[in-house]
Amino acid sequence: MTRPKTLFQKVWDQHVVIDEDPSLLYVDLHLIHEVTSPQAFAGLEQSGRSVRRPDLTVATVDHAIPTTGRSLGIRDPLSKKQVDALVESSRRHGITMFGLDDPRQGIVHVVGPEQGLTRPGALIVCGDSHTSTHGAFGALAFGIGTTEVEHVLATQTLWQARPATMAVDVEGVLPWGVAAKDLILGIIAKIGVSGGTKHVIEYRGEAIRDLSMEQRMTICNMSIEGGARAGMIAPDETTFRYVEGRPYAPTGKHWEDALEAWSKLPSDPDAEFDKSVSIDASSLVPHVSWGVNPSQTVPVNDAVPSPDSFEDPLQRDAAARALSYMALKPGTPMQDIKIDHVFLGSCTNGRIEDLRAAAKVIEGRKVDSRVSAVVVPGSMQVKAQAEAEGLADVFTSAGFSWRDAGCSSCLAMNPDVIPSGERCASTSNRNYEGRQGRGARTHLVSPAMAAAAAVAGHFVDVRQWEGAS
Amino acid sequence: MKPVSKVTGRMVPLDRADVDTDQIIPQQFLKRIERDGYGEFLFYNWAHTDDGTPSSDFVLNDPKREGAKVLIAGPNFGCGSSREHAAWAIQQWGFEAVIAPSFADIFRNNAINIGLLPVELDEEAVRALLEVAETHHSEVTIDLIEQTVRAEGLEEQFEISVSARNRLIHGLDAIGETLQHERALSAFETRRPDWLPITTS
Repeated sequence: MTRPKTLFQKVWDQHVVIDEDPSLLYVDLHLIHEVTSPQAFAGLEQSGRSVRRPDLTVATVDHAIPTTGRSLGIRDPLSKKQVDALVESSRRHGITMFGLDDPRQGIVHVVGPEQGLTRPGALIVCGDSHTSTHGAFGALAFGIGTTEVEHVLATQTLWQARPATMAVDVEGVLPWGVAAKDLILGIIAKIGVSGGTKHVIEYRGEAIRDLSMEQRMTICNMSIEGGARAGMIAPDETTFRYVEGRPYAPTGKHWEDALEAWSKLPSDPDAEFDKSVSIDASSLVPHVSWGVNPSQTVPVNDAVPSPDSFEDPLQRDAAARALSYMALKPGTPMQDIKIDHVFLGSCTNGRIEDLRAAAKVIEGRKVDSRVSAVVVPGSMQVKAQAEAEGLADVFTSAGFSWRDAGCSSCLAMNPDVIPSGERCASTSNRNYEGRQGRGARTHLVSPAMAAAAAVAGHFVDVRQWEGAS
Repeated sequence: MKPVSKVTGRMVPLDRADVDTDQIIPQQFLKRIERDGYGEFLFYNWAHTDDGTPSSDFVLNDPKREGAKVLIAGPNFGCGSSREHAAWAIQQWGFEAVIAPSFADIFRNNAINIGLLPVELDEEAVRALLEVAETHHSEVTIDLIEQTVRAEGLEEQFEISVSARNRLIHGLDAIGETLQHERALSAFETRRPDWLPITTS
């Protein structure tokens, strides 16, 4: 009888080339984009090395590209140079590239799953912290720096210290009007922004099993906001149905072999975790962030907290600084906060289900006259699907701007910058100071909450909103 | 990578928890394809007012901090984005080490990979260093071989993994080291199941 193993331990063990501390791990899929790869290619070429496995590497452009007027090209000369460098490096090394004019282009963490490249049991890396998204499939996926990107390009491997394991058990059923985004914000509020450091989280329990793949990706995506190295969810029928038939998905005998291997991945019943927390899904409500890190959130029917309510002096100090940056007064009801912008998109909430949830809330309504609202689909495929389903018409009729795919205002490297001092209800993942533009004030919310805020001009409890419609 | 085994220099105190990499190097400076030139943009938004002039109250703008080599910060330093530009900016400003109660995982790896020394001390020791750094301009010495930190009235041992320590002390080229395992690598590749992704077919 072998020792019971967790999902993480199984996937880790299957990728160990050299079993030391740290171990040398084999990478199944290396995703690259324009911002964190140019220096890696330059380093590789300076050393006279080549890409070991271009057939396990895929590139797309997402971070710094425009979401309007693409036929005119990229105006920002620095961004253009960066994108051109990736196109050229991919061509030179024989790497498949979903470029600016490719119908498969999109945010790297939307594209991988959508194309069937992301799959259970794989080890996936990318020079981007939200690589944790792919863990939704039972893959081990984590973000790396540029030196590591170069190492993967040259060797298809990485030296990694073995992380500890953490179980997050979510029992019960998510109430109506409470989204996957609210669940992950609730988890981060509980464990803090460093609660998962040096750990790989496995999300388990009834509420997790009930989630669609899109919702699971929202959860795993923000694992990094809890500090975790990665987040994972055991693959099941929901996972297999999502992967089957996608362009790169295995077929025929490979599909049968895959199913057999994947069905063995879930954690053994007696497997032990180094740490565990549990959350009751039925007690969750829609969340809104008030501060400058993703743990600084409150339920929408609550108020801006007072720094004095924090026991830890560092957290008290951080709260005071956050309120000053956000220009908020303690005690202000969250629903009294007026917004100037709505950003619907990102690798957290830019998938088709996210757009459906938002469209449902705004159908037949108009965006408040003082709000500028934008939808940036996570990929051009999501965009095409939303247009085919009539969602694009719902958004444009309501007054939303309907854009091409990319990271956009999530990190404001492209022209979609939120002006200083203005307030944005955003479905993205980080509310850091300056994240959406210097001086911009970000409030993290779910897609339905963002849509309702766009119409009302301030935050509203979407549970009452939908009931009233 | 330049080997590092001992760092002696003055400190800069940054008494904040959860300093994210967006603060260390804001997004507008990530558009360059070069690996250098980031030092002047370190903590740009904290170091500059809205019109781009240096903020006189930000610690890095104090002329007395010029030439400092060790940044002292709060817990969970370097959280958020994986951008290695954050570690580059700190190193290119002139820092050779960062001392904090804890580091975010990706930042720690990035720092080690470029020879920027991340030193973890307990909160109490970091608090003591912050106080020394805020009131005096005395030096701190980090000895990676002995794994000690010495400053005015303080001597602490620190933990670091054997592999990270070796890499830093010898300035090892990780890729060269890995490629020496070619036989193990090729053998692994032949065992790889067919159902794993291939991007070119």
